[in-house]
This record gives sequence, structure tokens and C-alpha cells, in this order.
Amino acid sequence: MKNVLKSAVAGLALMAGASAANAADLKACFVYVGPVGDFGWSYQHDQGRLSVEEHFGDRVETAYLESVKEGPDAERAIERFARDGCGIIFTTSFGFMNPTIKVAAKYPDVKFEHATGYKTAENVATYNSKFHQGRYIIGQIAAKQSKTGVAGYIASFPIPEVVSGINAFMLGAQSVNPDFQVKVVWVNTWFDPGKEADAAKALIDQGADVISQHTDSTAPLQVAQERGVHGFGQASDMIAFAPDAQYTSIIDEWGPYYIHRVEEVLNGTWKSHSSWEGLAEGHVVMAPYTNLPEDVVAMAKATEQKIIDGWEPFTGPITKQDGTVAAEDGVRLDDGAILGMNWYVKGIDDKLPQ
Amino acid sequence: MRIELVKRKEQSRAMLLLSPLIAVGLTLITAALLFIVTGKDPALGLYKFFIEPLTDTWSLQEIVVKATPLILIACGLSVCFLSNNWNIGAEGQFVFGAICGCFLPILFPEFANGATLPLMLLFGALGGAAWAFIPAILKTRFNTNEILTSLMLVYVAGLLLDYLVRGPWRDPGGFNFPESRIFSDAATLPAIGDGRMSLSAPIALIVVVVLAIVLARTMKGFEIRVMGESPRAGSFAGFSAKKLTLFAFAFAGAMAGLAGTMEVSGSLNQLLPSISPGYGFTAIIVAFLGRLNPVGILVAGFILALSYIGGEAVQASMGVSDKIASVIQGLLLFYVLACDTLILYQVRLSRARPAAIAGEAEHV
Repeated sequence: MKNVLKSAVAGLALMAGASAANAADLKACFVYVGPVGDFGWSYQHDQGRLSVEEHFGDRVETAYLESVKEGPDAERAIERFARDGCGIIFTTSFGFMNPTIKVAAKYPDVKFEHATGYKTAENVATYNSKFHQGRYIIGQIAAKQSKTGVAGYIASFPIPEVVSGINAFMLGAQSVNPDFQVKVVWVNTWFDPGKEADAAKALIDQGADVISQHTDSTAPLQVAQERGVHGFGQASDMIAFAPDAQYTSIIDEWGPYYIHRVEEVLNGTWKSHSSWEGLAEGHVVMAPYTNLPEDVVAMAKATEQKIIDGWEPFTGPITKQDGTVAAEDGVRLDDGAILGMNWYVKGIDDKLPQ
Repeated sequence: MRIELVKRKEQSRAMLLLSPLIAVGLTLITAALLFIVTGKDPALGLYKFFIEPLTDTWSLQEIVVKATPLILIACGLSVCFLSNNWNIGAEGQFVFGAICGCFLPILFPEFANGATLPLMLLFGALGGAAWAFIPAILKTRFNTNEILTSLMLVYVAGLLLDYLVRGPWRDPGGFNFPESRIFSDAATLPAIGDGRMSLSAPIALIVVVVLAIVLARTMKGFEIRVMGESPRAGSFAGFSAKKLTLFAFAFAGAMAGLAGTMEVSGSLNQLLPSISPGYGFTAIIVAFLGRLNPVGILVAGFILALSYIGGEAVQASMGVSDKIASVIQGLLLFYVLACDTLILYQVRLSRARPAAIAGEAEHV
């Protein structure tokens, strides 16, 4: 009996080995913080992975782990891929930063790409997108369309990326209506449809008739649809979930970047860097403008073009909430100031959690 | 027709030993079916899930890393559950213990010498015990329900940690991101082997052995079991239910706090907004799966850890959804509990009288 078991195990091991043997030129692996079915952040990264598969065909094999919790489990998940023969590993959440750096030190021959972090190494690059560019545009739309003059903003965590998003939204709104109000609710989660929906309801009850979100589920838009108000999609085009409510969506387009970097690994030109691109390079894309009058669509498109042509939404005059000047008239905030933003612009009806 | 569970007069000894094996067998069969339904090779799936992780040293070490906090917390919880104290808040005690254990390397990074680590572990255990003391005192003083109070304190501890790493304990060199500074070597639990295993594993093993001896051989162990099974008899013997409640909560809290500090010191090396993937809750399952016996808990901890590592392996190598992995994990628990139920109870089908049903409905 024992021998039978042994040979069965050996046979299975052979099968497992054989399936790995007919491998492609490169294995590209992805670690997601949420489920691929969130229709937001992780979903878009997985779309990027699929476009890598489509682009390279049999030359590149991909694998992913979804719903990997930030914390003790992340390092194991990343190391598993490094050991499994992945040539490049994309870790797609800020909380994976230190685990990525740790694993990278142990596997110098594997390339690592960490999204939204700030630590790089010889074999660790970082990448992120200028989502705040899209937020400026939706801020303008919100101010144009709102009847109450109040927008609700569902925010995840008070990290610089989210704070700069709120500020860009407000600056966009103020460019249309200087008295525009933004109410912020912090839900302390990236993905929790129940909590996000509750936040949306609370904001609508407080008079907001446009909802913006920096969380990943479609719940806020679905609430907007039910309650007859409007909102914006996040990360992916969420029009199918709110056909009458979505004005547009800020889409994260990771595919081009992933294909580019995988290509570089294949031909041996990959180097560590910090990539931070936006609308101009197609890493941030606005979903079709819907449920909007023509003049608003024209304004949105004009702003989009202006940004593509090189204009930066964080260009002065910008006043902080406490009244101090962040940028003089015509002065553009440098990248460091945007990437480390921990203050609100004037006019936001909230205290930044410190 | 009605299904009734009737308590058996005698329990089969053979079945008592066989039931975990039957449960594993049923899990394997169902898992194979699941793989077939989702279009994956069932033999390869089962091999990757249950056997491959046991065949190389890296994943064996990872299983130990994953099992260690579970076993440590479950050992503490077993003392609570055996003595009829329903501590559901180990997750909070884990977090609060980690906060107390880690204030040294965060607030006093220059204090880095041989005393750092022992002090951290001590503060961690004390912190966890203090956090567990709250529901214990509320129960003994005001007769509050400890299930509720201990559970609610989980969220309080989690939010406190969140506040600290976003606010006062934030890494000054971290660009405003929510994380503490990285600990010095003096505050890092020494590693064992070439993987991520640390000194926490042997410490957990010592706790298992000591607790097994205490529960089986000492007066304290006797007190814990008597008070759980028959508090009245216990009080005649001169045991105080209140003192035991305080002791059980403090012990469970100390173990959870110790586990939290060791997890942060040995594995994360810094405080983050979330430091536990639900260890405190999973440990409740481990405690019961191990039948509240320290050696059983040791085995159960490894089985549960294997199911995590194996679940990840089938995801990574075969593209199986993580939901399937969780379903298989749930199946294992379900079958173990179902088999246990069938040992203790007998299923009887009885014809329900319509009148009785009508009568019952009226009560509702």
C-alpha cells in the first residue's frame, strides 16, 4: 500500500514537473490586494495581465494571486512567485512595498515592479499613474452639474495619493464654481461594498447630488443610480452598473505599461525606474462622457486635451486649508509635493485625519 | 417527516479516532469534484493542495510560520473555552499586545541592546493580558456578556493601531504613508533556518508542552476543567469562578499579545495598519478543531496552515480562484464538525404530527 502511494505521488510529481517544463520564454506574475472581480483596482490590473497574455501569446506565461492581504501573508505570496520561476513580478498595492523589497533582496535575478510605492532597488522598479489629472476633470463636471453645489467624496485611506485626488477634484470644481463644497467620508477600506454604499447614502442625505469615490467597488455608483443622483466610476468603466448615473470614469490602463516592461525583460533592457505617467501616455483614460449636456462634455474634453498637452492641475494659485500659500500664481507644484501631499486645499469641508 | 438529533448513550471509541480521517477523506473527494467542475485536473489539484507543500523545505517553513501564531493563540483560548469563558476577542488582544510590545523600537529606536527583545515580549504579553482583562472584569463585576465585550474590543484595538500608524507613530522618513519605522536588529526576533521562521516557533512549542502538562497533571488544570463542566461542583471544592475567569482571560490575552509581538518583530519588522490576517478568529477554529487539547491544537494548527499554503499553491500554479481554496478550507472544517456531531448524536427520522407543527407555529 505504501509503495502504491509512493509511486502515485511520484507520478503526480512528474506530471507537475512536466507541465512546468513546456514553459514559455518568460513567466510574468501578479499579486493583487483585492479579488479580480472587484471591477475596480485589482480588476484593472488583471485586465493588464490579460493584455500581456494576448500581446505575447505563448511567449509569456502569466499567473496571479488575488485577495492577498497586506501584512504577514504578502511576503510569502511574493516569494512563492519568485521561487516558482517568475521572471518579473508585479505587486500591485502600496502595502506590498516592504515585502517586495525584502524578497527582491533574496532573488536578485528576478525583476520586481511595485505599484504606488516609493522604494526602489537594482531589481525593484515602482510605477503609478497621475490619477489626479482625471480627478481635476471630474471636479469640473461635478461643479457644472450639481444643483445643490455639494459633492460627496468617498475616500479610502488618508495617504498622499488619495489626498491629492480630493484636492485635484476640489481645484477642478473651484475653477467652475468658487463656492463649491466637497464633503468627505473616510471609509478606511479599499473594497467594502456595504460600507461604501452606506457612505454614499449618508452623503446624499447631506445634500450631495454628485458622488465621487476613491474606493474600488461599484456600490456607490449603484446607490447613486437608485437615488437618482450622479457619480463617477473608479479604476474601470462602471457604466454597466449605473447606466443613468455615471458621468464618466477614471480608468487605470495598466496594459501598455505591463506590455512595455515585459518586453524589456524579454530583450534584456529592463532597468529599475519610477514611472509616473498620466493622460498623455494613456496610463489614465477617461471613460466616454455620458448623461451630460454637450457644453459640459466640450469643457471636459478641452481640459483633458490641455492636460495631455502638458498642463498640470496642481498649478497655482493654490491656498491650503489653513490659509497658507501652497503655490503662487502660475507656479506648478513639483512631483515630490504631489506624491507626498498631506494637506487640504482651502474650501474642503473636512479635517484631514492625522 | 422530521429529522431529530438524539444524544447517543455511548460513543464509539473507534469512531472517535477515525472521524478526523473520515473528514479528511470526504474533503478530498469533494475537493476533487470541485476541481473537475471547474475544469482542472483533480489529481494534480489535490497533489498541489495537500502534498506538494509538504515536500520542500521552503513551504514547510512557511507552514510553521503560518501555524505558529494560530497555535499560540489557540492554546490561550483553550483555557478560556475549557473553563466556560467565551473569549472571542483574541484578534484584539493580538493587536493590542503588538502595540504594547512594539512601542520600544518605535518610540525609543536608540534603545537597542540585549534587553530590547525580552522587554518587548514581556510588554506584548502584558498588553494582551490587560486588553483581555477588560471583558473579564466586566463579566465578573457587572455580569456582562463576554462574547460581546471581547468581540467589540477587537475593533477598538484595530482602530487604535490604525490611528497610531497614521498619526503619532508614523515613520518620519515614510512620505506620510501609514507605517511605523522599521525595527533595528536588536528588536527583531532571530531567524531560524534559511526561510522566514523565527524564534517564535520553538516558543510556541514550549507553550504547547507546558500547557499540556498543566492541564493534564496539575491542580490548576483540574480547576479549569471542573469549573467548565460543573461550576457548582467546583465552588463546593473551593474554587472561585471569578478568579478563574480573570486568570483564563489574562492567560489567553497574554498568549495572543505574545503572538502579536512576535509576528510583528519576527516577520513584519514594522507596525502597519493591519498586522493580522484574522489570526485571532482563525485560532478559535484551531482551538475547537484541536478539541481544546494542546497537542490537538498543535496538529490542527498545522492542518489549517497547510490549507492556506496549499490553497495559495493551487491559485498560483493552476489558476484556481481563491474562492475555491476557501471553499475547500471550509469543507474540511464542516466535515470535521459534522463527523463529531455524528459521534455524539444519532440522526432519527420521525413522522411529525401535523397538530404538533401547528401548535409550534402558534408559539412563534
